[in-house]
Amino acid sequence: MVDDQAPGDDKAAKPADGGAPASPEVTPAASPTPAVAKPAAAAAGTKPKPKPKPKAPPEAPKGPTDPPPPDDLERPAYLVALQEALPDAVQAISYWVGDWTVIVPATALLDVARFLRDDDVASFDYCSDVTASDWPPREQRFDVIYCLYSIRRRHRIRIKVRAGETEPVPSVTDVWPAANWLEREMWDMFGVNLTGHPDLRRILMPDNWQGFPQRKDYPLEGPGEFLLESPMEWLRLRNMVDETEME
Amino acid sequence: MATESAAMFDTDELVLNMGPQHPSTHGVLRLVLRLDGERVKDVDVVMGYVHRGIEKLSENRDWTQIILLTDRMDYVAAATNNLGYCETVEKLMEVEVPRRARYIRTILAELQRIASHCLWLGTHAMDIGAMTVFLYAFRERELILDLFEEYCGARLTYNSMRIGGLPLDLPSGWDAKVRAFCDIMDSKVEEYEELLTNNRIWLQRTRGIGVISGPDATALGLCGPPLRGSGVYRDVRKDEPYAAYDEFEFDVPLGTRGDTYDRYLIRLEEFRQSIRIIRQAVDGLPEGPIMGKVPRLLKPKAGETYHAIESPKGELGYFIASDGRSTNPYRFRVRPPSFCNLQGLRPLVIGHLVADVVALIGTLDVVLGEVDR
Amino acid sequence: MIDTVFWPLVKIVVLLNAVMVSVTFMTLLERKVIAWAQSRLGPMRVGPYGVLQAIADPIKLILKEDITPAKADKVMFTLAPIMSLVPAFVVFAVIPFGADPFYYVADINVGLLFIVSVTSIGVYGIILAGWASNSKYPLLASLRASAQLISYEIAVTMTLVSLILTAGTLSMVGIVEAQQEAGVWFGFIQPVAFVLVLIGGLAETNRAPFDMPEAEQELTGGFHTEYSGMRFALFFLAEYANMIVISAVIVVLFWGGWLRPFPSVDALAVLDYIPQWCWFFFKMFMVLYLFIWIRATLPRYRYDQLMRIGWKVLIPIAIANVVITAVVKVLL
Repeated sequence: MVDDQAPGDDKAAKPADGGAPASPEVTPAASPTPAVAKPAAAAAGTKPKPKPKPKAPPEAPKGPTDPPPPDDLERPAYLVALQEALPDAVQAISYWVGDWTVIVPATALLDVARFLRDDDVASFDYCSDVTASDWPPREQRFDVIYCLYSIRRRHRIRIKVRAGETEPVPSVTDVWPAANWLEREMWDMFGVNLTGHPDLRRILMPDNWQGFPQRKDYPLEGPGEFLLESPMEWLRLRNMVDETEME
Repeated sequence: MATESAAMFDTDELVLNMGPQHPSTHGVLRLVLRLDGERVKDVDVVMGYVHRGIEKLSENRDWTQIILLTDRMDYVAAATNNLGYCETVEKLMEVEVPRRARYIRTILAELQRIASHCLWLGTHAMDIGAMTVFLYAFRERELILDLFEEYCGARLTYNSMRIGGLPLDLPSGWDAKVRAFCDIMDSKVEEYEELLTNNRIWLQRTRGIGVISGPDATALGLCGPPLRGSGVYRDVRKDEPYAAYDEFEFDVPLGTRGDTYDRYLIRLEEFRQSIRIIRQAVDGLPEGPIMGKVPRLLKPKAGETYHAIESPKGELGYFIASDGRSTNPYRFRVRPPSFCNLQGLRPLVIGHLVADVVALIGTLDVVLGEVDR
Repeated sequence: MIDTVFWPLVKIVVLLNAVMVSVTFMTLLERKVIAWAQSRLGPMRVGPYGVLQAIADPIKLILKEDITPAKADKVMFTLAPIMSLVPAFVVFAVIPFGADPFYYVADINVGLLFIVSVTSIGVYGIILAGWASNSKYPLLASLRASAQLISYEIAVTMTLVSLILTAGTLSMVGIVEAQQEAGVWFGFIQPVAFVLVLIGGLAETNRAPFDMPEAEQELTGGFHTEYSGMRFALFFLAEYANMIVISAVIVVLFWGGWLRPFPSVDALAVLDYIPQWCWFFFKMFMVLYLFIWIRATLPRYRYDQLMRIGWKVLIPIAIANVVITAVVKVLL
C-alpha cells in the first residue's frame, strides 16, 4: 500500500511530500496547478537523497489504460456511423470487458453528443451517468465520462473527454436534461471547468465549501472542524508545521 | 385589468422551507418551495445532509471492504447494492460466478425489492394519509428481514455478497420459508389493493398528479418505476440481464398515463413479478459451489467499466476504474437511481399544491442515504 | 334559588369533569381501535391493557415545558387554545342525555341554533393559533381550517334545516320527543341528511379524511406546530370534545337520542329497563367508533378537493334535501 512507504519518505524527503497518505504526489497545497508541478517535485525530492530507499513508492498512475479494441472485433454500427459523420471528433476508441468508449476532445463534445442522440442508428436517448476521474500526473488531469444508453436500441457507450484543470468542458445539459444534476455533482466533486451549465452550484457539499473533495490531491485527514471549513488552508498550515519541525 | 389588480393587492409569494426535518421528506431532504397560496411556483431541492463521501472512502478501502460501504447507501435495499458492486468488480476481473450463487443472488435481490417496495408503499400511503397501509406493509417487510437475518445475521445492512460469489450457503429449510413467504405475500398484495387501488380518495389524490410523458422522463434520466410509469420499456433485468434473470420468466409492467397512480400500480405489480421470480428461482435452485475462482488478493487489471443493475429504485450503476497496481479502486462512482429520480421532482411538482408535494416525493421513492452517499 | 342556580351549577361541574375524563379515554379508545385495525396492540404498558395511558398522557402534557415562541403574539397565542376549547364545552349544556330534566343542563327552545352558532366560534381558536404563532406552517393550516370550516358550516346548517322541518322544533329535547311521536328515528326518514351531517361533522372536527389543518405529513402538525405542553393539550381536548359533541348531536338528531330501538313497538318494552342514558351513550360510542374507523381506513383529501366536495356536492344536495323535505311536508 501507498501508506506503508509514505511515513519513511515523508521525513527524509521534501516537505512537499507530507500531504495526504494516499497521494504522495501532492504539491504544496496552495499551488493552484499541482498537475504541472508534480513530476518535477517528485523527481527533485528523490534524486539528491544519499540513502538508498528500500523500494520506491509507487507513483500515481499516469492515466487510464484505455486499451484499443482487438483487431478482430467488429465495431458496433453506431461507432462506425459516428466515425463516418464526425471523423475528426473521435480521438480514440477503447474497448475493455465489453464496454466501448470513445475519446473525444472537449471542443467536439457537443457535436458528438448531439449526433449520438439524434442519429437513428445510435439514438442514445438516455444519459445514465456523468462523472469524472482524476489522474493528477497527467497534463489533462480529468477524464470526464458520460455513460450513455439507448432505450430504443439497447446498447451502451461511454464518451470520455480529457480536460485540464482550467480547460473548459461544455455542459451537455441541453442535449440530455438528465445531465443537469450529474454535472453539478461532478463539478462539486472535481471542479472541472464546466461551461454553459444553467445552474452550476454545489449540490452535495455545503455552498461555502473550499476545494473539490474527489480530487486525488485533496487531504484525507485533518483536525476536524477546521479541515471541514477550509481544507486548503489547513494543508498549507500543516506543511508549514512540518517545515519548522524539520529545522 | 389583471395587472392593475395585481398591483393593488400585495401578492407576495411565500417561501416555505420544507425540511430537512420534516415528516414527509423521507430523511433529510430540504425543499425550498415558492408558493402562491398553496400552489407551488418553484422549488429548489437542497441535499447533501447525509453526504458521507462514500465514493471517496471507497477509493481508500480495498475491494472487499467496499461491499460493506455499499450497504450504507440505499439502506432499505442493501443486498441490491452489494449485488451491483460485486457484479461490477466481477465484470472488471472477468470472474465467472457459479450458477447457484447467481440464483441465490437473484432470490436475495428480489426479496430486497419486495422489502423496499413495502417500505415505499407504507410511507407513500402514509404521506397521503392512509396510515393503516403503513403498518400492514411493514408487517410484511418484517418477514423479509427475518429471512435475511436467518441467511446472514443482519437485518438492515447485510454485507451479504462477496466478489465472485457468496459468503454463505443457504441455511437448511430456508427455501421452504421463502416459499411460505411468497404465499403470504401474494394474499397481502391483494390486501393492499383492496385498501387503496379503488379507493376514491386515493384515486383523486394520485390520478393526474405529477404527470410526465415518456420522452420527458427519458430525457430527465428518470429510472425504474417512474420511467416505466410513463410507458417506457426499460428494465435492466430484461435489457442487460445480470445475475440469473435471463433464466426466469417475468413481465415488466408499464404505465400509460405517467402519473402517480400508474407508478403506484407498477410497483404493486412488481411485488407480484418479484414473487414469481423468487418462486422460479427457489424451485430451480441448482446445486454446486457458491464461490467462483477468485484470487486471495483482489487486484483487477487496469481498466474501467460501468455496470448497471435494476435496484428497486431504478438503474443502479457502478463506474469503477482500477489502476492495476493497488488493492483499492482508483475511481469508484455510483450512479444513484434515487439521485436521478429526485432530479425529476422539480418538473413534477411545479403547478401542484403543497399536499401533492409530499405525494410526489413519495412516488419517486427516494432514499436520501443513496442520494447523498 | 336552589333550582335555578345550585343544581345547574352542580350539573355543569359534573358534566365538565365527565367530558374531560371521557376525552382522555377517548384518546385511549382511538389509539386502541386504530391499533387493532392495524394488527398491533396499542398502549399496553400503563396499567392493565394500557387503560391508565389515558391518565398518563395528560400528566405528561401538564408537566411539559410550555414554550411560547419568541416572535409569537403572546396574548393571542395564549388565547387561541382557550378559544377553541370553551365553545366545545359550552355546547354540552343543551345536549339531553335523557328525557328527565335531571339529564340535561338546559333545554332552550333554540338548542340546535345554539349548537351551530357556538361551535362556529371554535374556528377562531384555530385561525388565531395559526396567526399568532407567526410561523408559516401554522399560517397555511389556519387558512385551510377557516376555509374548510366555513364551507362545511353552510352544508351542515342547510342539512339541519331539513331536519328542523321534519321535527318542527329547534329544541334538542323536542327533536327527540318528535322522534318518539313519529315512532321512528329520523335517521331512517332523512338518511341523506345523516350522511351529509356525518361528512360535515368529520370536516368540522378536522378529522380524517378531512384533517388538512393538522395534516402531519404536509404541514408538520398544522396549526398547533408551535404549541407544546398544556396549551397543546387544550387543542387536543377541544378536538376530541368536538368529536363527542358532533356524535351527540348526530345521536339526538338522527338516532333517537335516549330512545330505545323501535320506540313505538310495545313488544320491545322490556328494553326500557336499560336506562335511557345508557342508550344514549351506546349510540354515541357507535358514532365515535365510526369516526375512528374512518380515520384508520381512508387516505386524506387534498385541500382543493375538499372545497370542491363542500361547495359542488354537499351544499347542492343539502339544498335539494331541504326543498324535497318541505314539499313532502306540505303535501302530507
